[in-house]
Amino acid sequence: MLKRMSYSSFPEDVLEHVFSFVQSDKDRNAISLVCKSWFEIERWCRRRIFVGNCYAVSPRMVIRRFPDVRSVELKGKPHFADFNLVPEGWGGHVYPWIYAMATGYPCLEEIRLKRMVVTDETLELIAKSFKNFKVLVLSSCEGFSTHGLAAIAANCRNLRELDLRESEVEDLSGNWLSHFPDTCTSLVALNIACLGSEVSFSALERMVGRSPNLRTLRLNRAVPLDKLANLLRRAPQLVELGTGAYSSDLRPEVLSNLAGAFSGCKELKGMSGFWDVVPAYLPAIYPVCSGLTSLNLSYASVQSPDLIKLVSQCLNLQRLWILDYIEDSGLEALAASCKDLQELRVFPSEPFGVEPNVSLTEQGLVCVSEGCPKLESVLYFCRRFSNDALVTIARNRPNMIRFRLCIIEPQTPDYLTHQPLDTGFGAIVEHCKDLRRLSLSGLLTDRVFEYIGTYAKKLEMLSVAFAGETDLGLHHVLSGCESLRKLEIRDCPFGDKALLANAAKLETMRSLWMSSCSVSLEACKLLGQKMPRLNVEVIDERGPLDSMPESFPVEKLYIYRSVAGPRFDMPGFVWNMDEDSALRLS
Amino acid sequence: MEVGLKMANMLGAADRDLNLKETELCLGLPGGGKTEPETPKTGNKRGFSETVDLKLNFQSKEAVDLNEKNNINNSSSSKEKNLLSSCTKDPAKPPSKAQVVGWPPVRSYRKNIMAHQKSSSQEDGEKAAMSGGSSSAAFVKVCMDGAPYLRKVDLKMYKSYQELSDALAKMFSSFTMGGNYGAQGMIDFMNESKLMDLLNSSEYVPTYEDKDGDWMLVGDVPWDMFVDSCKRLRLMKGSEAIGLAPRAMEKCKSRA
Repeated sequence: MLKRMSYSSFPEDVLEHVFSFVQSDKDRNAISLVCKSWFEIERWCRRRIFVGNCYAVSPRMVIRRFPDVRSVELKGKPHFADFNLVPEGWGGHVYPWIYAMATGYPCLEEIRLKRMVVTDETLELIAKSFKNFKVLVLSSCEGFSTHGLAAIAANCRNLRELDLRESEVEDLSGNWLSHFPDTCTSLVALNIACLGSEVSFSALERMVGRSPNLRTLRLNRAVPLDKLANLLRRAPQLVELGTGAYSSDLRPEVLSNLAGAFSGCKELKGMSGFWDVVPAYLPAIYPVCSGLTSLNLSYASVQSPDLIKLVSQCLNLQRLWILDYIEDSGLEALAASCKDLQELRVFPSEPFGVEPNVSLTEQGLVCVSEGCPKLESVLYFCRRFSNDALVTIARNRPNMIRFRLCIIEPQTPDYLTHQPLDTGFGAIVEHCKDLRRLSLSGLLTDRVFEYIGTYAKKLEMLSVAFAGETDLGLHHVLSGCESLRKLEIRDCPFGDKALLANAAKLETMRSLWMSSCSVSLEACKLLGQKMPRLNVEVIDERGPLDSMPESFPVEKLYIYRSVAGPRFDMPGFVWNMDEDSALRLS
Repeated sequence: MEVGLKMANMLGAADRDLNLKETELCLGLPGGGKTEPETPKTGNKRGFSETVDLKLNFQSKEAVDLNEKNNINNSSSSKEKNLLSSCTKDPAKPPSKAQVVGWPPVRSYRKNIMAHQKSSSQEDGEKAAMSGGSSSAAFVKVCMDGAPYLRKVDLKMYKSYQELSDALAKMFSSFTMGGNYGAQGMIDFMNESKLMDLLNSSEYVPTYEDKDGDWMLVGDVPWDMFVDSCKRLRLMKGSEAIGLAPRAMEKCKSRA
């Protein structure tokens, strides 16, 4: 006798239980497409949502589909906003989302925002709307002050995480921290590294003292080194520590006190901060070096010999962010000691200097690519490179997934052959088959884009500047890169043809940014009118578009897919190119 | 006053020989329109008549500088257009790094911190006290009375009042050109009596808050000193700026 399994008779709560093991958004989305009943069950039990572009969908639509969400993550401005290419006032306001969720998601527990404008009013609304609020992460956000933080501190009784990473906060008073009631003992993570002025140290100390679950503490620069030891003694269970200013008058007791405090931190895995470093105090952290997996020294103006001494003790290091003071010699030492290294970021100490101030070249990166078999993520600023070096790196590290190279002077050719760096980057995409993110620099022709279109099948994000020769370059990328989600281009001679020919591709991507290129107003209008599910936004500060000739290249263009239609909060220098807008423009 | 700006006219002019443009806000020294405004050699103290020469003439004949920020051009046609601005750099000269917006791609957060650190680690003790540091970025907020939102500029991006004025004009042109705010633009500071007339009008006056928290008239001090001491900018309605002039004069005197 045949027993037939009928999926439709599977009890709902069993399905729900099964779905609870599936956390990734992609998989959840796939589940929801199986059939109507699965769609229904899944949407009721989805607890976390991620919206990569806050304008791609409206808060109302989200709340309607997913009625019981506990965790929301939103991103606002385009990535190039980090480099001041997006004028102030562009948008990315989170308030409409919070307002909608205040009624739609009263049980909301976590909010994570990136590159969004957050006002004090927003923070106050969060503080009073969500009774069980636990996690607030504001990454590269702006628009709020310490008053807003005070509201969060005072009202969120069960707050676990307050992380302000690299946000711009108007510092009105350090007293906001004192608004945490003495009964608040739930803190797990506190990151105030971006705050400019002093927070009340006694409030901080008390807070740390009564938070037994505190795992992450990132102090701001205003916390002096001689107070650090006391804090550490109250929180020996810390896993991640960001120091304040790492300098003090040289007094032996401070050093020994600090070293003693660090010895007590047996769980410490990650360190950051290190502003204003006085090298004589670096040995204080030697007791914890062997346990460190993550080290951010990217604000530490310390010379190579001291850096080498430090880094060669961190045998378990997986992630290192550092300034180019480390030089090739330091990277050689790194390659010899840190065999578990996965991520390396080398930042420029003098990005605007014309002459190199340190001896950091392509050699350093080549060394690390040879010595560190797990190296998969690289951000490297330097002043010269060669195709040979790129080919070597590509061959050494086919496991590379993120490769961002910034040769500081635009359009710098291979320093050995004076050729473009097409073949070098070509080798990267050819060998590194799982490459997800790539940033190009140096002298590049259309050829590099041909390689990228041919080989970079897993590439999700591409950043291009001062590269290429004709529309063919852009066409290679748009037609060849199957996994492309984000493309950002500045100062390249790409115009209308490639864009219009690949219009359909744009609906498969999250967004396209093009600034200082050669895309005409006419092409933007055409795209906007033909593609209703794209928001084609022209950003142009030169004046009203209606007096601009159609053939004129626009200053900046931001195209993103959206089911929410044109947004309502565009400032005066942003125009949407859809049909209605086009009518208004003419 | 005819405020309507016909960009078609302006842009049509792109192909013609483009000289000094009279369209824009110029914070230049008297005689205006120089490519490289000199820094005053006489030091801080200058009378009003010598401080700034601000003029705005919205009857434009010339085209706006299209790619002012895009100094590295890839299209030949836009090279011509770069010749427009009276304040433009020589297009044949490659731009120095500091003038390319957002390049190298270092976040301003990082730039500001590094600037501050370098100055504090320098032997020159007094430099450590300065908030702006010796290099990189100096972002200040800019507000214009009546505008719905603020802007931000990096003062280190500019080498002169002229350049700053151009940038500000671009930024706020969408307000002034449409005439929504009734702005007639910046005013002519050629002489004191005219200044008084214009301060009584509804036109705009550029002011800034300095390190001491005082509101000053833009243009009194040498450019570099301005960059170091300016904390925020405000384009104030002329009628409100009357109180400033005497104060600015006082400050000038006290610095002598």
